[in-house]
Amino acid sequence: MKPVTILSGHAVPLQRSDVDTDQIIPSDWLKRVERTGFGAGLFSEWRDDRSFVLNDERFQGATILVAGPNFGTGSSREHAVWALLDYGFEAVISSRFADIFFSNCTKQGLLPVTVSPEVADTLLAAVAADPGLEITIDVARGTVEAPAIALSATFTLEPFTTERFVNGWDDIGLTLRHSDELTEFEQSRPAFLPSTR
Amino acid sequence: MSPRTMAEKVWDAHLVHRTDGEPDLLYIDLHLVHEVTSPQAFDGLRLAGRTVRRPDLTIATADHNVPTTALDLPIEDPISKKQLEVLTANCAEFGITCYNRGDENQGIVHVIGPELGLTQPGMTIVCGDSHTSTHGAFGALAFGIGTSEVEHVLATQSLPLIRPKTMAITVTGALRPGVTAKDLVLAIIGAIGTGGGIGYIVEYRGDAIANLSMEGRMTVCNMSIEAGARAGMIAPDATTIEYLRGKAHAPTGAAFDEAAAAWLAFATDEGATFDREVVIDASTVEPQVSWGTNPAQVAPISATVPDPEAIADPAERDAAARALSYMGLTAGMPIRSIDVQTVFIGSCTNSRIEDLRLAASVMEGRTVAEGRRVLVVPGSHRVKRQAEAEGLHEIFTAAGAEWREPGCSMCLAMNPDKLAPGERSASTSNRNFEGRQGRGGRTHLVSPAVAAATAILGHFATPEDLQ
Ligand code: SF4
Repeated sequence: MKPVTILSGHAVPLQRSDVDTDQIIPSDWLKRVERTGFGAGLFSEWRDDRSFVLNDERFQGATILVAGPNFGTGSSREHAVWALLDYGFEAVISSRFADIFFSNCTKQGLLPVTVSPEVADTLLAAVAADPGLEITIDVARGTVEAPAIALSATFTLEPFTTERFVNGWDDIGLTLRHSDELTEFEQSRPAFLPSTR
Repeated sequence: MSPRTMAEKVWDAHLVHRTDGEPDLLYIDLHLVHEVTSPQAFDGLRLAGRTVRRPDLTIATADHNVPTTALDLPIEDPISKKQLEVLTANCAEFGITCYNRGDENQGIVHVIGPELGLTQPGMTIVCGDSHTSTHGAFGALAFGIGTSEVEHVLATQSLPLIRPKTMAITVTGALRPGVTAKDLVLAIIGAIGTGGGIGYIVEYRGDAIANLSMEGRMTVCNMSIEAGARAGMIAPDATTIEYLRGKAHAPTGAAFDEAAAAWLAFATDEGATFDREVVIDASTVEPQVSWGTNPAQVAPISATVPDPEAIADPAERDAAARALSYMGLTAGMPIRSIDVQTVFIGSCTNSRIEDLRLAASVMEGRTVAEGRRVLVVPGSHRVKRQAEAEGLHEIFTAAGAEWREPGCSMCLAMNPDKLAPGERSASTSNRNFEGRQGRGGRTHLVSPAVAAATAILGHFATPEDLQ
């Protein structure tokens, strides 16, 4: 994945809680065997509604999605992350993320930013009022800032996850450093464990 | 050593490497693969020139896209067809056993693992599917992963993971007659919420859990993810051991006894502590019906549709109001008064033989309500054969239900089994998200018993209502 250090841009306010992965990318889209082209499917059922926030001209070009709590609940489909990235989002801000979605984000370089419910609400309201609001996220420092509204908040990632973002590390490459330990572990596994053969 | 929980024991037994400040590297004993979340992972391997480290610990099945109509009919959707072909080709290229449509071992990935005996206590099991939590019913640590992680496991048979916290959900007392494992897990999700389990591995314990069959335990663990928990686990006991005895991939002879002793040792030690504890009294649980668009929006069947105005939390109030509008319901309607057009009995939550027996016992000698569509979709070919040997299919078809070939089917509507916009279903599956069963479709989650009774009366009902 490519390194992510500082993100600056406009945001889209998605004033909903429990946004599930079936909404982020409906199952029809899961039939594709490629990793690209999912942006068109992002929130596709909601986008049919003209008043849906992603259809609002004022938010075109936004790179940050601000959403209600419990974002990404539901299935393990990484397609949800591919769709957000392909559409142009680089970060999602919410007060709570579902575990698998969060983990999928970190594998693909979509920055999941967990802030307090108060900060999330403040940002949702501020972005809705001023679509041009400039937001800056600094991965290494763990900060979210919107100087125009004097907002400065922090977020935490596991230190190792921060390093992976900042350096753009590939997990498989990291794990293969431990190949010898893997082989050693394999030799100690109980013989009764099943084989699929 | 200080007392440990089951989750901690399984974790420790699979630790390949630990460095402070980094995730632990855990060995994976079994990797289940299906057509939807794997193509991009195999592509990644090819691009990097990597192979599958342990094809002998990997198994694939076609389930999400397969049509459930007769096997000799072609797959009409060209994109589904291609995805299934890509799975077959990838498995052939990388040496992975794959159960394709029509294979005697084919079925929903979370149904075939246990029935083949590949799912055993104390194992680490992953799959690119969130309902991998199902396998925790055996005391395995089993969880869903994304496609990048699928690729990682294919390449290294391991995963870097940050250790989750542990939660005990103790279900005391006994379930009332007519109340099933599905009702119990829906009530648990209703109590702790869709986010209640985030960051935790849940262990279900207590008398009501110990008294469940393996099928019932799988139903409970299956829906752990609906409460946000990545995994759910139940301690292995005599029920677990008897279930595994004689299964195709279970050990045999002396190895079985050796394994059984090792399995039991995974149970949580006396005195081990959990990060969070929840206690639920089983005797208070009634048959449940979900009324909203997330699985925590659920109520006892005897209740009425709730009034969003009465919900204190603003986000939940807003979500409830939006759900009622999507579902076409009004606050205060008795749940029993809601008419359904379609009943779906299937999915990895409730498509095992015991579920089908229960549904058949309710439908036997009765007729599906006028104009209702009822789909019964067994979880695997093995379940289907067993059901047919017991004559269950004849009970279903005589009542007016459709008896289908195995697959995920209307659980997520990737195949032709879908709801039309506005169509309302009673479904034994696990997700009632907007559009989950087809665009604009309205899903109510229920147990197989409630689904079957609802099929007969045409509105939400329990088997007692048929008397
Ligand atoms: S039956 Fe439904 S929940 Fe289960 S694996 Fe298939 S699609 Fe997923």
